[in-house]
Amino acid sequence: MAEQLKMTGIKKVFPGVVALDDVDFRLLPGEIHALMGENGAGKSTLIKVLTGVYDIDGGDIELAGQKVRFTGPLQAQQAGISTVYQEVNLCPNLSVAENIFIGREPRKFGRIQWSEMRKRAQVSLARLDLDIDVSAQLDSYSLAIQQMVAIARATDVGTTKVLILDEPTSSLDASEVEQLFTIMRRLRDEGVAILFVSHFLDQVYEIADRMTVLRNGRLIGEYRTAELPQMQLVSKMIGKELEALEQIEEHAREATVTERGTPIVDARELGRTGAIAPFDLTIHAGEVVGLAGLLGSGRTELARLLFGADRPDHGALLIDGKPHTVKAPREAMAEGIAFSSENRRTEGIIGELTVRENMILAMQAARGWTRPIPRRKQDELVDRYVKALQIRPADPERLVRDLSGGNQQKVLLARWLITEPRLLIIDEPTRGIDVGAKAEIQRLVAQLADGGMAVLFVSAELEEVLRLSHKIEVLRDRRLVEELENGDDVDADRIMQTIAGGATT
Amino acid sequence: MTNLVRHRLFWPTVVLVVLLVSNLIFSDNFFRITLQDGHLYGSLIDILRRSAPLVLVALGMTLVISTGGIDLSVGSVMAISGALACLLIGDLSNPDAVGPVLLVIGAAIALCLVFGLWNGFLVAVLGIQPIIATLILMVAGRGVAQLITDGQILNVHSAPYRVIGAGYFLGVPVSFLIAAVAVGLTVALTRRTALGLLLESVGGSPTASRLAGIRARRITIMVYVFAAAFAGVAGLIYSSDVSSADSNAAGNLIELNAILAVVLGGTALTGGRFSIAGSVLGAVIITTLDITAVSVGVPVETTLLFKAVVVIILCLAQSATFRAKVFGRFGSGSRSGSPRAEVAA
Repeated sequence: MAEQLKMTGIKKVFPGVVALDDVDFRLLPGEIHALMGENGAGKSTLIKVLTGVYDIDGGDIELAGQKVRFTGPLQAQQAGISTVYQEVNLCPNLSVAENIFIGREPRKFGRIQWSEMRKRAQVSLARLDLDIDVSAQLDSYSLAIQQMVAIARATDVGTTKVLILDEPTSSLDASEVEQLFTIMRRLRDEGVAILFVSHFLDQVYEIADRMTVLRNGRLIGEYRTAELPQMQLVSKMIGKELEALEQIEEHAREATVTERGTPIVDARELGRTGAIAPFDLTIHAGEVVGLAGLLGSGRTELARLLFGADRPDHGALLIDGKPHTVKAPREAMAEGIAFSSENRRTEGIIGELTVRENMILAMQAARGWTRPIPRRKQDELVDRYVKALQIRPADPERLVRDLSGGNQQKVLLARWLITEPRLLIIDEPTRGIDVGAKAEIQRLVAQLADGGMAVLFVSAELEEVLRLSHKIEVLRDRRLVEELENGDDVDADRIMQTIAGGATT
Repeated sequence: MTNLVRHRLFWPTVVLVVLLVSNLIFSDNFFRITLQDGHLYGSLIDILRRSAPLVLVALGMTLVISTGGIDLSVGSVMAISGALACLLIGDLSNPDAVGPVLLVIGAAIALCLVFGLWNGFLVAVLGIQPIIATLILMVAGRGVAQLITDGQILNVHSAPYRVIGAGYFLGVPVSFLIAAVAVGLTVALTRRTALGLLLESVGGSPTASRLAGIRARRITIMVYVFAAAFAGVAGLIYSSDVSSADSNAAGNLIELNAILAVVLGGTALTGGRFSIAGSVLGAVIITTLDITAVSVGVPVETTLLFKAVVVIILCLAQSATFRAKVFGRFGSGSRSGSPRAEVAA
């Protein structure tokens, strides 16, 4: 079959870095193709080249047999390449219909035909099995629906030959992912070539027909999904031998049984109306407690109550056995509780500050503005954690927003580790980051717990929760429904049952 | 060379130099500084002296803007502080005694602190948008000032009071010295402590800052108090210079000049990274521009237009996008970064 898209010998150079070096890439019509690689492997650059955001420094791009060269995103779009980005790139304050047609509204004598627009929006969403009120404001819908609207917008043009989905599933829950996959399969069957980028290997294996692997800006190879086992894919992505990988996993799995004295945190009937129903939870020193549940099941809400990010309106919180009202993050911090938010970009790092400034921020906040941390001490701390967490680039004066997602996450972790907390709450620390960094963060969590720190680990990935936790709290519909001691009898299926509501205990 | 061009104070400095040099063409002795009666005289000294109120107001504005806020009430606060000072001095039995005048000054600044607290309360505690919250005092403040002066222009005759705005110390204008001390104080307060970092953090992301344990509310209130205090001092300088309290003229439109100074200095209105040196430079540029307009002989009715043209040129010079369009792509990685990234760099 003739290629829908063929890129040969693509080269893209930034000052000081070769982002893409002689990369070949092809997409067949009617296939779902996964682009794989760690953060910084060149995936984003390749996509940006393809969508006309960057011009290339060498190589050729052929679209449906025609040689093309894009000088801007609009050109690429007109040529039939549509993109849906990780962060939904729509206007939350406009209606669904407006979002679908923004910039190309149906007009008559220069006047926008609103009813026509709504009708057509309804039709294009119906193609995606979505029946919603298109005149409602976009942000009144869940992220999953917003994602669908973005896809509707991207594919409504009708001439779409290539659809690029960059991390479309990172904020969707399991059923929403299924819904998205159904749509992807349908579009594929209509002949659209789909480029899919995701950090979730399971999803890639479920949906992709073929995959292309990049590493350090170079092409590693193109494979049929069915012919490349998952472990081999990972080793190709990170360039390490399988054995080394397994070692990381082994180490993380060593769950040590701990002595349990007075719990650091003891929540009794703690709750907040509309966020999480009253729950009981104890966390001891050296213990890793995993929170499992679907997106929106109340995982984050529970974590936020313990940190004082939201105020509870029910029950009591005992810290070291003494009742305590944690009204603000500061007060939780004073008790040695740290919280790393799942929204890395908006609630975690501060993009325009440097790596160093981001790292010392929590410690500085705890000391108050009148007692600055001496520069030498800062450099010492930052240096230690940049090394320990292998943050790249290892330049503390870089702006944090220039770092990859995985490295930003490590900076955020470092910010809290510097405060030497007794309880570290980490919400989705491995979301959207690559396999190597993921394994490193898991290993770190295990190490910290061995060192006596208590960790509350929130993650949508059951395997990860199972691997790390001593105790697993399962949530469903904003309610803590079950507590499981992690052991041989507990596995992903068992937790899934509870999440699905069919637990038999 | 590229590093120099890329420094965020490069373009404002160029503009200031160009302005000063162009003055030389129109008045030969522009750069001449003479000593008369033990006082330094000359156009440059004049610029320093007349910049003082704007520098003070711009300092406070910089900190407010760094948190992502804005303070429109500074002009009104200037009027209030001048009005109260003149009223109280008028009631003194001996307006030439230093002690009582100092007390009066203290009282005027204390009142400004209260107004600063009010602004901070509206913004940080009630969560009103800064532009609206400070608009309240901007409008009401002039009324308060007129209430204090009973709608009159109060004239005062007090030698110690006159020193603030029109006096000299060791040949140097006192108002300039006050501004210099304020700059030093602000730099020390923000860069010697962690306040600067926390301000930039709050401006960069209030939510993330709160979750990092920063008392964002307290810090926000503090910057509004700070801005009002500096505006109060600027008001004293102004009213002392003209020996009267004019509730309508004092600090008229100074909030806009101060915002302009901050922006010219490279601090983004969206908050975050700020530059005190930049704002001071911006304030001096604006004052120089006013003085240049006079010395070049721009007719009074077109002064504002002249100023606008220069400001537009300056803003264009600072825009990376514009420079790239006009001068080609010098500074090759600039395309990958946004213009804002360059401002912050």
